[in-house]
Amino acid sequence: MAPFPLPIDSLLGHWPSYVVYIAIGFGFGYVLEIAGFGKSTKLAAQFYLKEMTVLKVMFTAIVVAAVLIFLASAIGLLDYNLVWVNPTYLWPGIVGGLVMGVGFIVGGFCPGTSIVAASTLKIDGIVFLLGAFFGIFAFGETVGLFEDFWYSSYMGRFTLQELFNVDAGVIVLAVVLMALAAFVFAEYSERTFGKGLVSKAPRWSLGAAGGLVVLAGATLVIGQPTNIDRQAALAAAQDTALTERSVQIHPAELLAYLNNRQIIPYVIDVRSESDFNTFHLPGSHRVPLDGILPLAQDLQLQPRNTLFVVLSNEEAAATDAWRILNAEGIANVYILEGGINQWLDTFSDEAFQAAYKVEPAGVDQLAYVLPGALGSRYDAADPNPAAFTIEYTPKVKLSVGRGATGGGCG
Amino acid sequence: MTAISQNLPRMRAETRVQRVEKPYVHPYAAGIALGIVLFLAFFITGNGLGASGGMNRLLVFAEDVIAPGHIDRVPYLLDMAGGDRNPLDSWVVFISVGTILGGAISGWRHGRLKFELNKGPRISNSTRLLMAFIGGALMGYGARLARGCTSGQALSGGATLSVGSWVFMFAVFAGGYMVAYFVRRLWN
Repeated sequence: MAPFPLPIDSLLGHWPSYVVYIAIGFGFGYVLEIAGFGKSTKLAAQFYLKEMTVLKVMFTAIVVAAVLIFLASAIGLLDYNLVWVNPTYLWPGIVGGLVMGVGFIVGGFCPGTSIVAASTLKIDGIVFLLGAFFGIFAFGETVGLFEDFWYSSYMGRFTLQELFNVDAGVIVLAVVLMALAAFVFAEYSERTFGKGLVSKAPRWSLGAAGGLVVLAGATLVIGQPTNIDRQAALAAAQDTALTERSVQIHPAELLAYLNNRQIIPYVIDVRSESDFNTFHLPGSHRVPLDGILPLAQDLQLQPRNTLFVVLSNEEAAATDAWRILNAEGIANVYILEGGINQWLDTFSDEAFQAAYKVEPAGVDQLAYVLPGALGSRYDAADPNPAAFTIEYTPKVKLSVGRGATGGGCG
Repeated sequence: MTAISQNLPRMRAETRVQRVEKPYVHPYAAGIALGIVLFLAFFITGNGLGASGGMNRLLVFAEDVIAPGHIDRVPYLLDMAGGDRNPLDSWVVFISVGTILGGAISGWRHGRLKFELNKGPRISNSTRLLMAFIGGALMGYGARLARGCTSGQALSGGATLSVGSWVFMFAVFAGGYMVAYFVRRLWN
């Protein structure tokens, strides 16, 4: 199976890889043009219910793409977690959308269609495009005045299937049925207000609609892959990384990153509450194993220079957590080698070890019986990196992740 | 325009390839084709489509050439062009380059690549152009406010089932329908 998304940047080189985007844009412009979207009168007619081309083309495109994306995800060709989903900023989106709606009916285009209009030498399209540049310029100059609003009502990567708490297949099927209902209305509206100016729906469109419903139904029946499915698909790669020990970092390497201003460490402690209270690293987050999967969504939203380190007393529970996060497509996740036990072995002094070190009660259990639940107030929790010179093999290779980076209109 | 060029046969001699304007494809067929392009964009790159983002970066590039000091004082612009960042070093810019090429080549192949001004029958050319500029300015401003336009938000976010993009899409249609009655003289 080809990796998703294709690593075109490393395959073709940074600038040459943009050829792929030119090709996609070419298809985009070509299709907009053959749909008639270079012609303002055709677009504006949408708002007088005479000609519903805009609605038909847009909704058809959205449901076709949605069915293909989620079907591909269901059968494992594409990883939805790595697809760019526009983050939701609710109110700026609503206000911006209303302003754009007014601009649409006054100017007769939207930005994408005005590019096509201008490229086919439509004078109104060229002037609209100049206006759009002016509007974009004006925004850049004025956004500072209402920056709080622009960043308000942020809900992150928030999808309809999360909103309604159902499988994505349910939403896909619902959206397809909604679009078909809208098309029935559109045909009726064109007959009533358009006075037969527009050609009727061709006979094949019924078959296409049926096909779309069947594919959406199949998407629902197959279902989206769970974390278990994802782990199974990645098992070979995960096992290799774990046995080669390329993702287990030495305590000294973690200590170096905890004191590195360019990297944001995010330490996830999957141990029991009592172990955590006894001893933990400063700033670490205690998340039990069954909380790791729900946490994955939040971790996706962390800055790109975040280094995630999972730890347990030894490595067993941390490794389970790593498998879950890796399967969810979180970049830069590492395991603390030897867990808290090795950390204490490394950074506590001989007197401390003589007094408190014991034989652990079982696998992945704490090998120290400490005098009190001091948490991160033990000296060994926050050692001075300058006091230790420890040789280790650096393992961390920060990557920007497998997913799409700045999507939307970034 | 077709009628005019037929009445002026001498123009044919000047333009070497005079193509007859062909009809547009059916909206459902165009929609299916657009859906497949959108899916391929996601399938190959993980990103969707975009238009206003590319225009934004082109503008910021021009600003950076004319007034680099200004860029360094505005945080919003700094993100794209601060220091030695090149605002054109972004996928969305190249989507727009492709859109221009694709539109022009389709227009040329189908006989629609020609200077013309589309407007409602009851307004003058200058009114149409003034309204196009004002509408464009509103579009550009709104698209940045909403972090995406019809392509980057409605199409791409709609297909990936983003809540914000669906709300945005309904807001665009609502805005258009709310005002359509009052500006009906522009188009009818």
